[in-house]
Amino acid sequence: MNRRETLLLGAAAMLPAQALAQAETPRRGGVLTVHFATEQRILNPSLQASTGVYIVGGKMQEALLDLDAQGNPVGVLAERWESAPDGLTHTFHLRRGVQWHDGRPFTSADVQFTAMAMWKQILNYGTTLQQFLEAVDTPDAHTAVFRYSRPMPQGLLLRAMPDLGYISPKHIFETGDIRQNPANTAPIGTGPFRFVQYERGQFIIAERNPNYWRPNLPYLDRVVWRVITDRAAAAAQMEAGQVLFSPYSSLAIADLQRLGRDPRFEVTTRGNEGNARTNTLEFNFRTAQLADIRVRRAIAHALNVPFFIENFLGPFARPGTGPIPSVSTDHYPTGDMPQYRFDAALANRLLDEAGHRRGAGGVRFSLRLHPAPWGEDIALWSTFIQQSLSQVGIRVEIVRLDAAGFLRTVYNDHAFDLATGWHQYRSDPAVSTTVWYRSGSPRGAPWTNQFGWVDPRIDGIIDNAATEVDPARRRALYAEFVRAVQTELPIWMPIEQIFVSVFNRRLRNAGNNPRWASSSWHDTWLAS
Amino acid sequence: MRVLRLALWRLAASLPTLVLILVGMFLLLQLAPGDTVDALMAQMGGGDAAIAEELRRFYGLDLGIAARLGQYLLRLVTLDLGFSAIYGKPVATVILERLPATILLMVSALSFAFSFGMVLGVLAARRVNRWPDTLISTLGLIFYATPSFWFGLMAIVLFSVHLQWLPAGGFSDITRDLTGIAAMLDIARHLVLPTLTLGLIFLAIYLRIMRASMLEVLSLDFVRTARAKGLTETRVVARHVLRNAMLPMITLIGLQAGTMLGGSVVVESVFALPGLGRLAYESVVQRDLNTLLGIVFVSALLVIAINFLVDILYARLDPRISAEN
Repeated sequence: MNRRETLLLGAAAMLPAQALAQAETPRRGGVLTVHFATEQRILNPSLQASTGVYIVGGKMQEALLDLDAQGNPVGVLAERWESAPDGLTHTFHLRRGVQWHDGRPFTSADVQFTAMAMWKQILNYGTTLQQFLEAVDTPDAHTAVFRYSRPMPQGLLLRAMPDLGYISPKHIFETGDIRQNPANTAPIGTGPFRFVQYERGQFIIAERNPNYWRPNLPYLDRVVWRVITDRAAAAAQMEAGQVLFSPYSSLAIADLQRLGRDPRFEVTTRGNEGNARTNTLEFNFRTAQLADIRVRRAIAHALNVPFFIENFLGPFARPGTGPIPSVSTDHYPTGDMPQYRFDAALANRLLDEAGHRRGAGGVRFSLRLHPAPWGEDIALWSTFIQQSLSQVGIRVEIVRLDAAGFLRTVYNDHAFDLATGWHQYRSDPAVSTTVWYRSGSPRGAPWTNQFGWVDPRIDGIIDNAATEVDPARRRALYAEFVRAVQTELPIWMPIEQIFVSVFNRRLRNAGNNPRWASSSWHDTWLAS
Repeated sequence: MRVLRLALWRLAASLPTLVLILVGMFLLLQLAPGDTVDALMAQMGGGDAAIAEELRRFYGLDLGIAARLGQYLLRLVTLDLGFSAIYGKPVATVILERLPATILLMVSALSFAFSFGMVLGVLAARRVNRWPDTLISTLGLIFYATPSFWFGLMAIVLFSVHLQWLPAGGFSDITRDLTGIAAMLDIARHLVLPTLTLGLIFLAIYLRIMRASMLEVLSLDFVRTARAKGLTETRVVARHVLRNAMLPMITLIGLQAGTMLGGSVVVESVFALPGLGRLAYESVVQRDLNTLLGIVFVSALLVIAINFLVDILYARLDPRISAEN
């Protein structure tokens, strides 16, 4: 191959797959098979906000809004919206001519019912977001006016709606216990796909909704989710062509790297930018040594994060800079925030200064580390912490528990010294980020400040930012928040990751918005 | 009639054991930190504490351990297995849905292991210390020493990914609507690899036992008598030796029926089959006590039933056993 050919090939490889896909005419038909790694108790995204629900329920039920390719809010069941300057009322003008899968019309009554009875009462993160929602007025069948008792920033509401704004049919849910409704596992929605069958432990099937409001869509005949709990087996099913898409980093890191070299697959973070997470290092302030800021900083300086990422996580992770990940276009703070680069000598000096001299065997003191059981990266990271800290004289005992045991021990019993897991960033810091830092969270609430750490100044910034309606001032408040928590270091978030998707290359229009795996797949199609 | 009475007697005799197992299981799971609401929170990725409290009341977790255990046992007397927290359905329904796949896999793997183990064991015993014996014994050792998940994955890589002969997982082809014979064949195709994977380890055990047992019986006096009568070697083996050599094999089936139910967690996960093993694993992870106890109960019943059948077979094979009874 001569130099010119190499250059041409390079240029072709750089063309985004999207541009290539758009040159083709979409093909109707085909069955999209999806790897479904963890079965959920329910499939209704109006009641449970989690990727495991969106990946299925998000094709059958729709939200008021979704995100477009650039990550901006775009109307789905709402056509347009406006907000009062004081942030107390937000009006959504709903799409007309939309039908539920059972043929009944979609109206503002459905929005009102879902918001008041589901989002405000049951939906995780929805209950916090809609805490000050007083009522939803329905002046007509296609207008829903959300009234709040405290200002709700429009940016926060619009950013949160794609995940926390799924609508359920009032006529199905208004009688009986909402949690026990059979439609929770056999969804009835307005989405491009209609529920067909759910065999627990095996598969879920949905088919094309012939009355979908977007004309001539969706392209796919069916979507089939296959329950595969074994990660190696799932990778084999991708290779055998029995599964065409594996979402949310569900395969082993080694398999992701292997499939990435195979021309039949695309291994990418594209389409998951809205689902960023950071790896945490959580300090229990009830442990005397950890209440000392010098010890927390020493621990951070003792960990060589770039080395860990390069050798264990590969290209799907990068060093984190704080609780707000860099993919957050609205709120990622500009300017230099305090960071903790690897410096073992400094770590040793800080520990000496804090009065923890090395004792027998060079050990200063011992700590228990509880790693969360989800994710291979967490297991690797916890072992790396153990080995790195032993270099600076801190002996770490790793305590491995399963999901229920981890949550109970760390967030309810507080029986840990260090804990590590994921912080999920959900489009806006007020949704699921600041709760990690705000004091006063009731005991037992997972992924909140259960660390025995209180800072009234930071609590104040968090509260002000949650009700600040001016976007620029809000952004400044979050920058102040990041600076403060990076200085105090109650929790350290040193690694930033985006979920990895594995696509069979037959898939088209895949990953074309920042929350694609959760979105409705109305324009997805399969090349023959 | 006699068989029925015997069956009832057996069941009654196993009742105390059954109750002990259930109570032990219940208490053991209390030792694990966290409950089903914690597991649900982990699945949801968060939720507020008030909702958690409400859910605990909903699942009846606000009562004491003794009260809950008492309630469970009382319900069990009426054969009510309770309500599954994960599935939102009665436990009996959940288990019934999973039972066919488990039993199908267990029966096919056991019959595969038993029949091939027997044939290979007989072959090895008849050519003892010659090359067929060495070959068979070595193969048996390899099967026995290899972890089944690895076997399963390698089988998938070879037969599904490279050769594309067999499906990589699942119970049936859900992208096509099949009925009748075609559907049965489809299920059979899906079961080939899991059956081999689960069966190979047991095959190794059966062939070792069969070989040893054959060798032992072959050295007994009545075999010499049979040969002295002038019977052909095949007739000696088939009519006299085999029947006596089968007894340890039958014992083994009874013992291993239980192991197969538990041992299939790995195979079910690797091949994405909807069986009881995976259900039990999930119930532990999700702290779904009712489902777990229900599975223990049903598995125990299955094991009791199989052992009962084994005893009847015993009497058939060796009339002395029932005569002494």
